[in-house]
Amino acid sequence: MRLSAEGLTWAVHGTPLLVDVNLTIEPGQTFGLVGPNGSGKTSLLRLLAGLNKPKAGRVLMDSQPLHTLKQRAIAQSIALVEQQADTTDRITVGQVVSLGRTPFLTALRPWSSNDDAIVAKALFDVDMAHMADRLWHTLSGGERQRVHIARALAQQPKILLLDEPTNHLDIRHQLSILELVRQLPITVIISLHDLNQAMECDRIGVMDRGRLIDSGHPEDVLTASRLQQTFGVYTHVIDDPVDGKQVMRFRSAV
Amino acid sequence: MSIALTRLSTAGFGLRWLWITPLVLVVALIAGTAIGETPIPVDTILKVLANQLLGADYAVDRIDAGIIWNYRLSRAVVAACCGTSLALAGVVLQALLRNPLADPYLMGISAGASTGAVAVAVAGLGAGALSLSLGAFVGALLAFGIVVMLAHAANSGVGGGRGIQAAGAIILAGIAGSQLFNALTAFIITKSASAEQARGIMFWLMGNLSGVRWANVTLAVPAALFGLLVCLWHRRSLDAFTFGADSAASMGIAVRPVRGMLIIAMALVTAVMVSIVGAIGFVGLVIPHAMRFIVGSQHTRLVPATALAGAVFLIGSDILSRTLIPGQVLPIGVITSLIGAPAFALILIRGKRS
Repeated sequence: MRLSAEGLTWAVHGTPLLVDVNLTIEPGQTFGLVGPNGSGKTSLLRLLAGLNKPKAGRVLMDSQPLHTLKQRAIAQSIALVEQQADTTDRITVGQVVSLGRTPFLTALRPWSSNDDAIVAKALFDVDMAHMADRLWHTLSGGERQRVHIARALAQQPKILLLDEPTNHLDIRHQLSILELVRQLPITVIISLHDLNQAMECDRIGVMDRGRLIDSGHPEDVLTASRLQQTFGVYTHVIDDPVDGKQVMRFRSAV
Repeated sequence: MSIALTRLSTAGFGLRWLWITPLVLVVALIAGTAIGETPIPVDTILKVLANQLLGADYAVDRIDAGIIWNYRLSRAVVAACCGTSLALAGVVLQALLRNPLADPYLMGISAGASTGAVAVAVAGLGAGALSLSLGAFVGALLAFGIVVMLAHAANSGVGGGRGIQAAGAIILAGIAGSQLFNALTAFIITKSASAEQARGIMFWLMGNLSGVRWANVTLAVPAALFGLLVCLWHRRSLDAFTFGADSAASMGIAVRPVRGMLIIAMALVTAVMVSIVGAIGFVGLVIPHAMRFIVGSQHTRLVPATALAGAVFLIGSDILSRTLIPGQVLPIGVITSLIGAPAFALILIRGKRS
């Protein structure tokens, strides 16, 4: 599914958080969103997920404007993994992931064995199947993050929005989640802090002070001058002798 | 993976115990009717029920029949309805507002009800045309309306993540509204009530089932059933709020209308109950927590379990309030708190250990 933003603007109490963001993400693409703290990555993801209504502009799912759709219809296509979502309820991992089926259930349409299979698959995909019966509050931060991703996968979304999903994850699970996300045949928008990880996306967008200042292929976008301008760091590119790929190293001064 | 699968399906469908609930409720109702200052044997109760409901013609003592049908049974039914409604209102508010301290009186309902009752009983508002109950009902709705408007105004005044802000605004508005109406109640009592009136009102506020008759039943039963059906219908929406309002929205819940509807429905049901029996405390706060420890937080199980537990708890508390001190009826709110507080503490401690 194609997701696009047309002139998105968003402000809270007169403070502009997003200014005229235009963006199109083609079906099946993995789009990386990078930018300094407070540059508007989370705000953009919230608007793309339909959680906030833009002050101006609109979001289109294929050719359908998001604001004309019911929340339930949006959730049947778009899933969001928030940065921090916690609960004090005594709830098991399996129960959390089964919440992802909410948009497809009604008071009268009960839980089916198909839903069970979808939940089990989602747990398996994030390497949490063995913990299905564990209680939420016994999990580590990284495990919680993986359960949230499984919950989003259980929505079987056509578009998946992830807000810094690799925070809290150990390096092995960072890599496996990124690999999983890249392999999904759906449209993915993922905000990342690790710029080397962002290089693996199909396309990248750079946010700065509420504006999408650049987007395109990672090599074209994440240039040394761009990184100096936006992040205020100096970048050296080194070749990885193992696979010949380029690795960036950063310094705060030359 | 197959283990996970079967476990999940039992988690979703562990409802085989559901058929017991009507049975337990009937047993509790019969107990509530049998036990009292004049103990009545169960077979007499069943005969009276058969006479009244099925048109049978068993010979029973007329006085016994009167006690059973006119006093104890109607009282037990209203106690059950009240327990169910208050406990369910607690479940809903705790789930929606993500605050473990939320209870049915959070929205200013008990404070408004007491102001309304006092205004009628003491200040003579309505000049005798209004009953205490009606005064309480109007007061409860008025207070609820003010709290909602306050919450709405406060909410549009702050920005940021709307889920957290909205829940916070509702709780703060509830506190402000309750304080306002408590002050009004105190004002009316000090200005115009006699000591006798003040005592009577205090008893009424702590919960009083003594005046309950069948006319109250015809109001309480539909209200309680309405509350139960609303909760059952929205059980998945309530689940979706586990990680807050934003997460619920991302899973397809229309947060504002659903939350507004559920809160208004629960406020109405609570107002009906408060107008019949006064503000019985503790049930709406504690029964939901106790049931979460026992059946978990999934509302498919939590809602029926809480409805049943609330009903049984209040029937039991009513029995104790009538029998604990011979010749005297204690306010039921005193009993619910005296039993409820230690029981709750016990559950908390055991829950921590496991």
